[in-house]
Amino acid sequence: MGVAVIGASMTKFGQRDAWLQELLSQAGEECLDDAGVSPNEVEHLYVSNMASGEFEGQTGVMNLLAHDLGVLPAYSERVDQTSSSGGAGIYEAWQSVASGASEMTLLVGGEKMTHKTTGQATDIIASITHPAEYKHGITLPSFAGLTARHYLERFDAPRESLARVAVKNHKNGVDNPNAQFQKEITTEKALESPIIADPLRLYDFCPITDGSAAMMFTTEERAKELTDEYAVVSGIGGATDTHVVHERDDPTIMRGVVESSDEAYEMAGIGPDDLDVAELHDMFTILEFLQLEGIGVADQGTAWELAMDGTTQKDGDLPINTSGGLKSKGHPLGASGVAQGVEIYEQLVGEAGPRQVEAETALACNVGGFGNCVITTIMEAGK
Amino acid sequence: MTLEAGICPNGHVSYPTHPRCPDCGQEQEETTDLSEERAEVVTWTKSTATPPGVREPNTMAIVEFDISHLDLEDTFVRALGQVTTEDVETGDVVEPVYVEELRDPDVGLKSANPESQDWDGYRWDPV
Ligand SMILES: [Zn+2]
Repeated sequence: MGVAVIGASMTKFGQRDAWLQELLSQAGEECLDDAGVSPNEVEHLYVSNMASGEFEGQTGVMNLLAHDLGVLPAYSERVDQTSSSGGAGIYEAWQSVASGASEMTLLVGGEKMTHKTTGQATDIIASITHPAEYKHGITLPSFAGLTARHYLERFDAPRESLARVAVKNHKNGVDNPNAQFQKEITTEKALESPIIADPLRLYDFCPITDGSAAMMFTTEERAKELTDEYAVVSGIGGATDTHVVHERDDPTIMRGVVESSDEAYEMAGIGPDDLDVAELHDMFTILEFLQLEGIGVADQGTAWELAMDGTTQKDGDLPINTSGGLKSKGHPLGASGVAQGVEIYEQLVGEAGPRQVEAETALACNVGGFGNCVITTIMEAGK
Repeated sequence: MTLEAGICPNGHVSYPTHPRCPDCGQEQEETTDLSEERAEVVTWTKSTATPPGVREPNTMAIVEFDISHLDLEDTFVRALGQVTTEDVETGDVVEPVYVEELRDPDVGLKSANPESQDWDGYRWDPV
């Protein structure tokens, strides 16, 4: 059964006073309105969230939201796949409709993080690592530093190419009213910012963020009855790589990205050359390169060239992260994959405003951990 | 103390050990101790934003042990660890040195149940 997206929403991302309950219901309500669907039509509700228990002591968030939105007695479930919880939520929502189990599925992703200190938030996120890594004080930014050094040394890539990713995504974020930062930065500023995980500096990393995002899924048939503007999930794939990062054969190949995108391309019957726009999980600048290579847009060790020659800019051949990416939009863990879906939906139905590019086919790649779990989604404009 | 890597019947080697081989799914029936071996730095980072209970800065490296003398399918095995110094470069040769507590188990997210995992292990000391 063809699966369509008929509505999407996101809250302002950033440092918010609201706690998770309010963030989730805000995005959920806006999505119901955007899709023109009443709560009692919702048959499945998925809530993407990584760590509400660890961040604020609130668990069972699917019940919280189902009750607050009045979607009872819909089937409800919390989806945790760490940083790719949002993408996993898209996968669950797609499955629910494709299988015929649900005709109307609401997905809401959210996380509340900024009330913790940076150290505490870093520790909660680092707790996803293997105990053999955690005891050494590994953090996700440290994995990025280890991988970036290897990439730069092995492929002789200029350090500046990583800064270019940050500059591009900050520039795109200026046009996103929901982004945490709507502020351009310069290459010099990025290259002179404090070192966080050598050779990576402050501007190579996404911020800590509160926020929520939502999408409404139904059958393609039903979408045609309800609206003229919809997008179709034409391909989707999910894969898992080693938990222990140093056990991977090649530190620069994210197998989860390769496998999940292969699956998504095959289902959609397209290849990397057919993409018009993509949202990639730029939690760290180096990840944009690894994903461009993993999804087959660039050969191994060459994606840095696309940052240098402008290919991935908004006016380039393949705009990447028109939303501003995690880098400037922010990264509320469970919301991020959903917000990627919101951006490509808006691009496909022509609702991206000043960020609009010409797009019939779009891809979103959501990475959990340091490539531990990956979901790749391909959406196309509905006809 | 030992730095144990697991070996499956097909000669695949992993650090740390797993009940089943990550490559082929067979049981890892044997182990080899790497604590007396030397390794080479594949890559490293110096983390200056460390979580509670972790030294700052925290220099870590992924190192590669040459195990070709064991005559197995895998000829090397990698491991992540803290480095004894901030002065390290890719390609450096290191030796494992045992440390009783790599970070303070009584602070941070796992402090309520520090017995849930080990906190001792090996740092890499450039030779
Ligand atoms: Zn094996």
